[in-house]
Amino acid sequence: MSEQASAAIEVRDVVKRFGGREALRGVSFNAARGEVIAVIGPNGAGKTTLLSILAGIRRPDSGTVSQPPGEVGFVPQQAALYRRLTVAENLRLFARLEKVPDVEGAVNRMLEQTSLAERSDDQVATLSGGNQQRVNIAIGLLAKPAALLLDEPTTGLDPRQRERLWEFVLALAGAGTTVIFSTHNIAEAERYGNRLLVLADGESLFDGSPSELHAAAGGSDSDFERAFVAFLRQKGH
Amino acid sequence: MRWLLLKDLQILRRSPLVTALLVIYPIAIAVLIGFALSRGPEKPRVAFLNEVPTGTPLNLGGKNFDVVGARSELCDKIDCIPVSSEQQARDMVQSGDVLGALILPPDLVTRLESLAGLSPQQPYVRVLVNEEDPVKAGLVDDRISSLVTRANLKISKAVVGTAASYLDLIVNGGNLSLLGQTIDILGLSKAGGILHAIAAELGPHDPFAQPLQQVITFSRLAEQNLNLAKPLLRSVAHPIAVRKDIVSGSPPSLDTFAIAVAATFTLMFVTVLLVAGSLALEREENAFARLTRGLVGRFALLGEKIALGVVASIAVTLVMLAGLSIFVEVDWSRVGLFLPAIVLGGAAWAAFGAAIGAGAGEVRASSLLAFMVSLPIAFLSLVPSGTVSAGLFHALEVVRALFPFHAAETALSAALDPAASGLGPALVHLAVLALAYTALARVALRRFS
Repeated sequence: MSEQASAAIEVRDVVKRFGGREALRGVSFNAARGEVIAVIGPNGAGKTTLLSILAGIRRPDSGTVSQPPGEVGFVPQQAALYRRLTVAENLRLFARLEKVPDVEGAVNRMLEQTSLAERSDDQVATLSGGNQQRVNIAIGLLAKPAALLLDEPTTGLDPRQRERLWEFVLALAGAGTTVIFSTHNIAEAERYGNRLLVLADGESLFDGSPSELHAAAGGSDSDFERAFVAFLRQKGH
Repeated sequence: MRWLLLKDLQILRRSPLVTALLVIYPIAIAVLIGFALSRGPEKPRVAFLNEVPTGTPLNLGGKNFDVVGARSELCDKIDCIPVSSEQQARDMVQSGDVLGALILPPDLVTRLESLAGLSPQQPYVRVLVNEEDPVKAGLVDDRISSLVTRANLKISKAVVGTAASYLDLIVNGGNLSLLGQTIDILGLSKAGGILHAIAAELGPHDPFAQPLQQVITFSRLAEQNLNLAKPLLRSVAHPIAVRKDIVSGSPPSLDTFAIAVAATFTLMFVTVLLVAGSLALEREENAFARLTRGLVGRFALLGEKIALGVVASIAVTLVMLAGLSIFVEVDWSRVGLFLPAIVLGGAAWAAFGAAIGAGAGEVRASSLLAFMVSLPIAFLSLVPSGTVSAGLFHALEVVRALFPFHAAETALSAALDPAASGLGPALVHLAVLALAYTALARVALRRFS
């Protein structure tokens, strides 16, 4: 089977402009089923713009995005939840809007997967940041999407909450869900990403594994974050 | 859309304080404004101090005036608060208990009676006012001037009547009572008859015949001119009568106008604040991006918010009308007319609120903007024609055309009162505004992404 045939998401020469500024300059990459891709880069690199185009929130000015037949689940950087509604009411609302056939079944499944069944009747405003993010991700997974897009998913979470979140996400990937996430946390990208996509000023500078990025940076520094910064400097950023 | 609508209603249910404020505050304000507009001080409270000795009769030109009846008539026009001293009257005016104080001095009757005598003295009444602000000062001036004008009119009628009776005495003769004596007055008419008889006796060549003829001519001319003077005097007593022709407009009753204004204020506050806040909340809770990535279209989202505004408008306005019907008569048989007015008024205001919410993008900013924009529009829409310059009123007409307040108030007035007109055009106006503001909100939603 060719790489293209097994790709869950295929991005070709995507360009996005905001006024006179080019936020994305001909970005291309493929994502296979079950793959975990970390999109990294400095501020203003175009990470969120890329994810919002993949999620269908924005349209590219040129280029194409091929998505799998199933839904693409999107988890925005900040929890997109109604704080006055309970966990179950949030899940139920979005399940109905997603036109999920078995609404209650989907809600119960997500409550179980996120271990939030006991808090299902609590208003979201009363949950911790970590639990709110779990509900946020659960909403993105309601329609059993073939791919999950996470925009800086661990921002504001403590180490224990981060670990629980990644356990959950990696389990999804293990079950065949393609995961693409953006992050400023380079160590997290190295640890959880099968592949790294490095963006800077809207340009794709690198697409490969963490070890390949380390090698591309010269491999002299054992610290991955320093190697990443050296790589950016090499590329003039 | 219905799931989003249910979600918004659930959120409202979970925010009882906000919901209560959103409902109770505008209703309270609307009712106060409505009644303040319709129920001006028709009977302002005025302290009344009568220093004229009790039982003093008032006689003008031989005609007795009913002083007790005049006081009752006066107190029918104002709410007389009797006081026993000038200091008490001053205190009440100072504290704002009364709009002003009217003091009848002890010599008022004497001075009034002197008007019909040979040495008239100007009668006066004293007025105590507290002109703490220009509006109140103007109101007091208008009220007191109106009362004094009425009194002057009555007195001038009496004086003119006396003057006319004197003229009648000079022309036709009769008895005149003066200083306890009765004097018989011949009168020009009888004097002319006597002179004619003497002239006939003298013959044409008598040396007194020509001078006598001159006296007869003078007597006739005097009689004719004095007869003409009587209707002239009567017209001076009441020179201008008012004949009112309604050129345009068929205004509703003051009660209906008050209800319509109160309901329009309620519609405005509830829908604009609710819809603007609810739309801005979608962005603040980051749900907008999630909703509009294929789950809900932007127009559908706006439609849902406008539907929320209309539902709230119907509920709140009907509750307000039910409450008002305890105090004033609301013709519920016309519900088929005022329901469309509430729906379209609510839709226009909701679309306006959506435009504000989409433009502001934050709940607090949208609430502030809603107040800042809506209140001046409401007050400018209530300025009647003829009270400001023509140029300014043309500008106000543009404001009325561009914002839903005037159209909503006209539609509600016409729907509530069969005497008022303009329901159809007002409903069309509201529908056009609803569409226009929805389009504007859709453009403003681009800032949300």
